[in-house]
Amino acid sequence: MTDASHWSIFLNAALINNFVLAYFLGICPFFGVSAKLETAVRMGGAVSFVMLVASVCAYSINLLLDAVNAPYLRIISYILVIASTVQLVEMLIRKLSPATFRAMGIYLPLITTNCAILGLALFQTNRGYNFTQSIVYSLGAGAGFALALVLMAGVREKLDLANVPQLVKGTAAALVVAGVLSMGFMGFAGLGR
Amino acid sequence: MAVKEITTTDEFVKGLWRDNPVFVQVLGMCPALAVSNTAINALTMGLATTFVLLMSGLSVSALRTFIPREARIVCFICIIASFVTAVDYIIQAISLELSRSLGAFIALIVVNCLILGRAEAFASKHNLLRSTLDALGMGVGFTVALLTIGVVREILGNGSLFGVAVLPGSFQTWTVMVLPSGGFFAMALWLLVVNRIKERQAAAEKHAQEVAS
Repeated sequence: MTDASHWSIFLNAALINNFVLAYFLGICPFFGVSAKLETAVRMGGAVSFVMLVASVCAYSINLLLDAVNAPYLRIISYILVIASTVQLVEMLIRKLSPATFRAMGIYLPLITTNCAILGLALFQTNRGYNFTQSIVYSLGAGAGFALALVLMAGVREKLDLANVPQLVKGTAAALVVAGVLSMGFMGFAGLGR
Repeated sequence: MAVKEITTTDEFVKGLWRDNPVFVQVLGMCPALAVSNTAINALTMGLATTFVLLMSGLSVSALRTFIPREARIVCFICIIASFVTAVDYIIQAISLELSRSLGAFIALIVVNCLILGRAEAFASKHNLLRSTLDALGMGVGFTVALLTIGVVREILGNGSLFGVAVLPGSFQTWTVMVLPSGGFFAMALWLLVVNRIKERQAAAEKHAQEVAS
């Protein structure tokens, strides 16, 4: 159990230890869907939502596993719960709002293999956050992921218009941009613990 | 017979260069960047991933006729997660310090797209021998890629290699290389080198063809 305040947990997850730029979690979608600003915003929203649900699920599973004294089942049960949560969220969105579903249909199943979600579940367990702390942590992580994705998409849209050597185009250019963004985020290090 | 031999070795060799998981397919980037801050971390991560890749490839290949098509992804994930749990405990048993410095990233091998990708695209369609060779090739290619990034970051960031100082004390270390952004820069650097070599090879082949015709 940690006694960190909710605000500092949120800031920590969103800015200081940004999931993408400091922990390198969710790099695949970060490079995959950050070419256009619009898709980046949608993906950020979807991931944040799944993170919130997964965080609540992971918290309850951890209680259950502790009760039956089986910590070695943690990884298996987390990943299965995340996979089924993504499936459920997909069905729910299709039922409630078919328009939203069509808009982000392709990206939803991909979230299962996004390491940011499993990473979030494992980190909150390792740090022993309580229920409200876990929710705040997942909100912060989601906000941080969305922020990094949107910033990256903005830079890459501008980069399309620039004259970049053929050799550097594509992944290499994106990596350098990400490195510079990551350096920028290091400036937040003094904000909290 | 000779033809078959060439193709089976090819299953192994392709993972090293032509289809290198990190530099060419750009899969498994998260661990490649996150734990490559020192060479020893990179090596451990590479070996752990190779083990999971090999064992899950073997299991998936052996069970490929029993696993129903509709539920295959769930089955693959269960197999992979079991081996990852095993690796997690093995590393903890060997060195607690190493396990601490890698943190949650050993557990995150489960969501390494490389492993699920190989299980789905290769092991579920090929026999035991070929799946083994493919998994070994991909694993070695992944380890080498991680190690190249890790070596650059450790030498420039710490002035050491595998914990042994290699640069003179007067060398001003580039702290940025051990920080997260250094991972992005080192990776971009190697990607440029690989791209350049590939471009030259393609140009040389084209030239050879023109000369021949």
